[in-house]
Amino acid sequence: MSLLRLDSVSRHFGKLQAVQDVSFAMDAGELRAIIGPNGAGKTTFFNLITGFVPPTSGDVWFDGESIRDKPVVYRVRKGIVRTFQITEVFPDLSVYENVRFGVETAQGVNGRPWLPRDKRTAIARRTDELIEVVGLAAKADRVVSELAHGDQRVVEIAVALTMNPRLLLLDEPTAGMGDAETDHMVNLIRRLHSERGLSILFIEHDMQIVFGIAQKITVLDRGRLLAEGTPAEVSANEAVRAAYLGEEAKA
Amino acid sequence: MMRRENALMLAGWIVLALLPLWLPYVGGYTALGTKVLIYGMGVMALNLLLGFAGGLSFGHAAYFGLGAYGAGMTLKYLAPSTPLALLVGTLAGGIAATVFGPLVMRRRGIYFAMITIAIGQLLYFVAVRWNNVTGGEDGLAGFERQPLHFPGWVFDIRNETKYFYVVLACFTVAVILMRMLLASPLGHTWVAIRENRRRAQFLGVRVDLYVWAAFAISATFMALAGALNALLFNFTSPQDLHWILSGDFVIMIVLGGMRNFWGPLLGALIYIFAQDYLSSVTDNWMTFIGLLFVAIVLLFPRGILGLLRRRGRAAA
Repeated sequence: MSLLRLDSVSRHFGKLQAVQDVSFAMDAGELRAIIGPNGAGKTTFFNLITGFVPPTSGDVWFDGESIRDKPVVYRVRKGIVRTFQITEVFPDLSVYENVRFGVETAQGVNGRPWLPRDKRTAIARRTDELIEVVGLAAKADRVVSELAHGDQRVVEIAVALTMNPRLLLLDEPTAGMGDAETDHMVNLIRRLHSERGLSILFIEHDMQIVFGIAQKITVLDRGRLLAEGTPAEVSANEAVRAAYLGEEAKA
Repeated sequence: MMRRENALMLAGWIVLALLPLWLPYVGGYTALGTKVLIYGMGVMALNLLLGFAGGLSFGHAAYFGLGAYGAGMTLKYLAPSTPLALLVGTLAGGIAATVFGPLVMRRRGIYFAMITIAIGQLLYFVAVRWNNVTGGEDGLAGFERQPLHFPGWVFDIRNETKYFYVVLACFTVAVILMRMLLASPLGHTWVAIRENRRRAQFLGVRVDLYVWAAFAISATFMALAGALNALLFNFTSPQDLHWILSGDFVIMIVLGGMRNFWGPLLGALIYIFAQDYLSSVTDNWMTFIGLLFVAIVLLFPRGILGLLRRRGRAAA
C-alpha cells in the first residue's frame, strides 16, 4: 500500500489551472523529487498534500485514509510535515529554543505552565538529539537570525523532525545556498533517508541534486503530470526534454 | 552564568528589602518605593503579553483599575479584610480579562490595541457614570487597608513601612510565578507566537488559546497591582482605568526594555521617580519623559536594559 496517494487531483485558482488531474503514489521509505519548470504547479501540489489548499476535485490518501478534508494540523499529527520555500523559523530565538519548541509541541505540552523534572529532561534530551542529527550542535546557542541562510534552512528541518514526520516535504531545500551549504543539505537529506528511513518528497530546481539523490522523479508541467520514473527513465523521456528545452536538459 | 544571575537577583532583592532604610537619603520616601514595586509588578505582568507573547495591549489600565475598585469596594462595602480585598480585586481583573479574552485573542497588531483600548474605555465610563457605588469622577474613597491578623500576632500595615513589606512579599511571589511561567512550555509557546505566529500555527499550536491565556494571566497580575495600589493610597479613581494610564504602562515597558524580564521594572522606576522629582519642579514633566521616550525608541529600541545586556533575550 502506498504511503501517499493522490487520485486525479485538480486545483484551480479562478481561471488558473494550477494542478490538473494529477494522480500520484509514493511508497514508504521513498526519496522522491518533484521537478518542473516555473509555474508547473509544484508548490500547489505540496499545498494539496499538506492541506494548505483543498483540492477542487479528486482525493488525497495518506496511509490508507482519505485526508482530503482534513486540516493542516491533523495532517501534521499524522506525520505529514513540510518546510517552506521561504525560510520559516523563530528568528530571535536560539537554535536550541527553536527545536525545543517543536519538541514540546510534538509532545503536546504547549499549554503547561509547569513540567516535572523528568519530562523537562526528556525534552532537553530529545532537543539535543535532533540538533545533533542535523549537525548544528556547535551552534545550538546561536540566535537563528544571526546564522547563515543555509544553517537557517537546516534549523527548519530540525524543527520539522521534532514532529516525528512519516513523510517529510521539502520545498526547494537548497534554494539560495552556496556550494558548501548545498553539499551539507544534500548530505543531510540523504542521511535522513538512509539512516532514519524517512520518506522524503522534495521540490528542487538544481538538476544535479535531483538526479544525484532521488530514487524516483515526478515531473509536472503546466499543472499536469508529464512524466514519472527513475532518474534514467526521466532523463531519457522526450516530453521532459521538450519541456526543459534550452534549460537543464542540456546540462 | 546562571549562578551569577542568581547572585545578582539576591543582591537586588536585599537592596529592595532594605529600601525603607536608605531611600530617604536619596530624596525618596517609602511610599514612593512601594509605588515603584506596584507599578513594576504591573508592567512586568503586562510585558508577559506585550514583550513575550507579542500582544500590544493599550488597555491594561482596565485591569489595574478593576483590581483597585475590587479591593476598595470590598473594604468599603463588604468586609474589613485586607487579604479579602486583594483577592477580590485580583479576581475581578482576572475574570474580566478571561471573559474579554475571546474578543481580543484573534486580533493582531493595531486591531489588538484598538479592541483593548475600547474595552478599557468601556470600564472607565462605567466607573464614571455609576457614581453612587463607585464615587464617579471624584473616585472611590472612604476605605482603609486593615491590619493583618495572624494567630497570636497582628501586623498593622496601616503603617507605610509595614505595608511596603506586604507589597514586597506580593511582588516577590508574583515575580517568581512569572519567571516560572516564562520558563515553562507555555512561556516558550508565547515567545514562539511572537516570533512567528504562522509557523506556530502550522505546527499545530492553537495560537488563539495561548494568546487568551497570556492576556488573562497578565491581567490577573495587573489587577493585583491595582488592588495593592488602591490600598497604598486608600483611594482609587477612574484615572486608574483610563487609557492614558494604559499608555503610561506601555511607555514604562519600552523605556526599560520589553524583550527583557526585568526591563519593565527599570522603566517603572525611571518613570515614577521622574514623575515625583520633575513634577515638583515643573508641570511639564511629561515633556522630559517624552523626550527620553523618543530618544530610547530611536537609539535603543530594546530599551535601557536591552542596551545594558547586549542581547536581552527571554528569561528562560
